[in-house]
Amino acid sequence: MKTSAPLIYFSSVSNNTHRFVEKLGLPEQSTARLPLRTKDETLEAAEPFVLILPTYGADGGKGSVPKQVIKFLNVESNRALLRGVIGAGNTNFHESYCIAGDIVAQKCGVPHLYRFELMGTDEDVSRVRQGLEEFWKQQSSLSAA
Amino acid sequence: MTTSAEAPHSASLLDHVEAINWNRMPDDKDGEVWNRLVNNFWLPEKVPVSNDVQSWNTLTEEEKTLTMRVFTGLTLLDTIQGTVGAVALIPHSLTQHEEAVMTNIAFMESVHAKSYSQIFSTLCSTREIDDAFRWSKENENLQRKAQIVMDYYHGDDGMKKRVASTILESFLFYSGFYLPMHWSSRAKLTNTADIIRLIIRDEAVHGYYIGYKYQRALEQETPERREELKAYTYDLLFELYENEVQYTSDLYDGVGLTEDVKKFLHYNANKALMNLGYEAMFPKEVTDVNPAILSALSPNADENHDFFSGSGSSYVIGKAVETEDEDWDF
Repeated sequence: MKTSAPLIYFSSVSNNTHRFVEKLGLPEQSTARLPLRTKDETLEAAEPFVLILPTYGADGGKGSVPKQVIKFLNVESNRALLRGVIGAGNTNFHESYCIAGDIVAQKCGVPHLYRFELMGTDEDVSRVRQGLEEFWKQQSSLSAA
Repeated sequence: MTTSAEAPHSASLLDHVEAINWNRMPDDKDGEVWNRLVNNFWLPEKVPVSNDVQSWNTLTEEEKTLTMRVFTGLTLLDTIQGTVGAVALIPHSLTQHEEAVMTNIAFMESVHAKSYSQIFSTLCSTREIDDAFRWSKENENLQRKAQIVMDYYHGDDGMKKRVASTILESFLFYSGFYLPMHWSSRAKLTNTADIIRLIIRDEAVHGYYIGYKYQRALEQETPERREELKAYTYDLLFELYENEVQYTSDLYDGVGLTEDVKKFLHYNANKALMNLGYEAMFPKEVTDVNPAILSALSPNADENHDFFSGSGSSYVIGKAVETEDEDWDF
């Protein structure tokens, strides 16, 4: 399925990341959730987007990026439109906190814009809302130049 | 029996069991968490605590006593969770696989409890150890928090047990976890801190999973009952919080760290609520954990890692991460 949403995210059935995205209060067509099951067809991005993803697993990053996200990013055109990532996690995981965001940011050469824990606090929500707004302004002036 | 979401009895043991089939899993989260717990498995014997002996001897008598008291308090909570808490949740499981995951959690809590004894036997004398355990038996606030949680574990309400259990895993430990993070931030007892970090990591998975199961079970409750449980959660957290402030004061007043520990308590209370699917309760003004403590907990959690706050100027591209995930094939 094609999507023009500027914010694409994965959230497992725990719905932590989903709740965070809901709290951002963006228009419905501005966000798209990746399919829950790996075997389902993944999304196809049509416009530049930011990806929000939670971290799974622990030590050394192994198995940290959700399979559903890997499937989505294995599509080259999706990678080409990725502009930044936001990581969700839990500081209890020491060096692995939001490591999935680090891995994707590094592999795709984009910034890891922000990190938040679990479903995010009010502070996280307002900072991401504002940060994304600024970020998209910068991005559009970059592409206009 | 309290709800349709519960197993059809409130006994302390399951009265009917079928052979568990891991090839048919109604809830994928069970398999995912099982694998994560198994991959995270560790034993304290693998951590060279004896390298902390020299560091231990640089602590004052008061600091040593504080550290031992903190660890006996943590031992008590792990013992409760291993032998009562996790086991008490088994009959309320939504799936057979959840029952199996809870046995893993119960065992790991016993490993945690034992690891404190390993730290003690490496660093302290038998008399000091006995004194610290005696203190933990006699400290009113520690006993009270144990009693509050135990009362719910002995009750019939599986939902309330899950709430109490998540609060224990995600909040009640942290007045204690603060101290080894404090020492670690001063390059003291760093091997001991490594053990505590392994425990902290496990508790995150436990709190996440029990909180997740609570939310799944909550979907099957009536709106009135959901309201009741939400109010109960905030009430219980607040009751335990007030007790926790007293306990923190008993422990940390002497070394002047009580206020710093309280911020850590607020921060973790919010995370406990989030694990249960509820909004944070403490505002950011009181959750600004000392950066040294936060960095001992997770070196990636500071503002230097925040692109938005520095308008990108202070942003450094993440350090190289070695990944060996064979499924990752760009």
